[in-house]
Amino acid sequence: MSQSKGNVKTRLMLSIMMTMGVLLAGCGEGKPNSRAVYLLLDTSGTYTQELAKAQAIMNYLLATLNSGDSIAIARIDSGSFSEKDIIAKATFDIRPSTANDQKRLFKHKVDEFVAQVKFGSRNTDITGGLIQASDFVNETNAGDKYVLIFSDLEEDLQKGHVRDFPIDVQGIQVVALNVTKLRSDNVDPRDYKKRLTHWQERVKQGGGEWRVVNDLERLDALIAMH
Amino acid sequence: MTNELLMLWSDNAATSLVIWLIIAIIIFYLGRKQAHQVFQTTGKAIYSTMRLWGFTLARLEQRLTQRNREFLIASGARATEKAIEREFTRITNIVQRDLSKYPGLHRQIAESIEKIESDYQKSVDAAPLPPAWGEVVETIAALPTSGDPTVVKILSNIKKAVDESHQQTLKTFKKSSAKSHALLAGMQPRWRNIDEKLDQVNDKINGLETCSKNIDKQVENYQDILANKDSAVNALGSSALTQFFISGLVLVIAVMGGLINFQLIALPMSEMVGGSSYIGSMKTSDIAALVVILIEIAMGLFLFESLRITNLFPIISSMDDRMRRRMMIVTFTILTILATIEASLAYMRDLLALDREALQQSLINAGAAGGVVEAQFRWIPSMGQMVMGFILPFALAFIAIPLESFIHSLRVVLGLVAIGFLRACRVIVRIVGGFAKHLSQILVYLFDLLIMLPVSIEAAIKRRSERQSNDASKISDSSIV
Repeated sequence: MSQSKGNVKTRLMLSIMMTMGVLLAGCGEGKPNSRAVYLLLDTSGTYTQELAKAQAIMNYLLATLNSGDSIAIARIDSGSFSEKDIIAKATFDIRPSTANDQKRLFKHKVDEFVAQVKFGSRNTDITGGLIQASDFVNETNAGDKYVLIFSDLEEDLQKGHVRDFPIDVQGIQVVALNVTKLRSDNVDPRDYKKRLTHWQERVKQGGGEWRVVNDLERLDALIAMH
Repeated sequence: MTNELLMLWSDNAATSLVIWLIIAIIIFYLGRKQAHQVFQTTGKAIYSTMRLWGFTLARLEQRLTQRNREFLIASGARATEKAIEREFTRITNIVQRDLSKYPGLHRQIAESIEKIESDYQKSVDAAPLPPAWGEVVETIAALPTSGDPTVVKILSNIKKAVDESHQQTLKTFKKSSAKSHALLAGMQPRWRNIDEKLDQVNDKINGLETCSKNIDKQVENYQDILANKDSAVNALGSSALTQFFISGLVLVIAVMGGLINFQLIALPMSEMVGGSSYIGSMKTSDIAALVVILIEIAMGLFLFESLRITNLFPIISSMDDRMRRRMMIVTFTILTILATIEASLAYMRDLLALDREALQQSLINAGAAGGVVEAQFRWIPSMGQMVMGFILPFALAFIAIPLESFIHSLRVVLGLVAIGFLRACRVIVRIVGGFAKHLSQILVYLFDLLIMLPVSIEAAIKRRSERQSNDASKISDSSIV
């Protein structure tokens, strides 16, 4: 008699624990994806003066990304389709303390780079940088992939460089940041719009998503928060 | 389609509608009997079905009430048996621990009384009397001297001898009195000792009396329970409800404590198992923290079970004492190790939070040197977290007690809820049945209201034909007469 009562109690406790487990498993919205962010910094001409703003973006990214996420910062120069243009890159360790150390190191590298940039590059190879960026973010196998282009989007290719072909940015969110207006844009604002539309079309044709964020005060919606 | 049907008889909607109405009334009139049967049969069918349901539910409710009552009686009887057993154990302890020393105590008291008696005897010894010749000498010494110097001298010598004898007697008496007083004074601590011993005996006897009174009360209660008295069942039911709410409240508090504990160790757990891996939709580190807390609770359950404070696992309570003691030591050791781990994790959490804060500061103040200013009393929350990390596992272990009460009372509460639910269902079913019955009757009247014109005509014709037949019968009767 007491044995059967004991069994009932044990079963009741087991069922309570199982219910709790099911409830816990049922909670939440599924596993969040890891994120990979590639920030392209335009270092051509007068745009180098804007690099201080790029530091703020980087700080935001470092504060937002967590363990398991990847980040890279590269410059856009005359020939950007090269690993040499990558200033710093990191995939944050699963341990938060190590990830914090990686972030510090990353920040240090970028700060050093910004401090030493004095003269801009002669040409601006945005397409090369974008291809390099898509290769990097695809390699990370991240769930959410971002390429942030910190540039005025005025491409100025070196003679002989071929970039007039469709780019593959399938599943990548391409975000143009701080797209400054050129002197010629003031003469004819349609040039600015045309420039933006041109890049939007290229990205969409390549299977990516296109966004423009000019107000750096609204960075909170830049990448998905986990 | 509807419009076409409506305008079937005439282009004028009203005319067509009237024609349709007439047709409908005629059809309804012709099918009056059948319609009445349909309404009445349906109403009766629903009523009968609902009545049957009502009976079934009532039977179910009765059975459940009976089972609940049986459970209450059984659990109440078990609890009372345990209480009586506990009282008897207490009495046994008192008898074994205290009253076993009673012969010794009795001997001590008897010795003390004997000693007191002997001292008393000594203290009441008669005081030494003056010599027997004293009175004669005194009489002679009191004789008149008549002026003879020889006689005066003799008498004064005699008087002197008498005085000396008195002095000596008084001295002896004083000495004897002092001795008696000393003996009486020596009796005082012995009296006190006896008094104390008797007080002790009194206390123990009182303890036994209280226990026996408790047993009387419990036995009375037990008799009521075995006699299946309503008052006993009601008392057990209300006691179960009280237990349910109190233990539920304590469990809620324990859950809060568990959440705090979880917060303390979830972050540092990510240092151990990684912060980016997931099992299902939950972070592995969160699951690990949860598992640690659940293990602590399980260890607490086993510890209290092996201490025989709770009785959730019959296997543990039926173990022999040696095995049980071993289990107690093992579970307590594991609990202590887990508490120590938690304390260190809580400290680590503080360090991680500090590190993260420093990084955030360095990111916000771009260009500025990283690191937060070390606060003067920064060690207080660190210590607090460590202490909490160590204490909370032990506090969570105590969850076993309210959990047992909760599980025990849950059976009764669920039974009561089920009874209430069945009762409500029964009432609803009966209401629906009654409503269906009345509704069928209302529908019959409404139907007749729709076809009141042909029904009235029919009634009028019937009345007329009846009157005619009555008249005809009257005429035939009168012709016969």
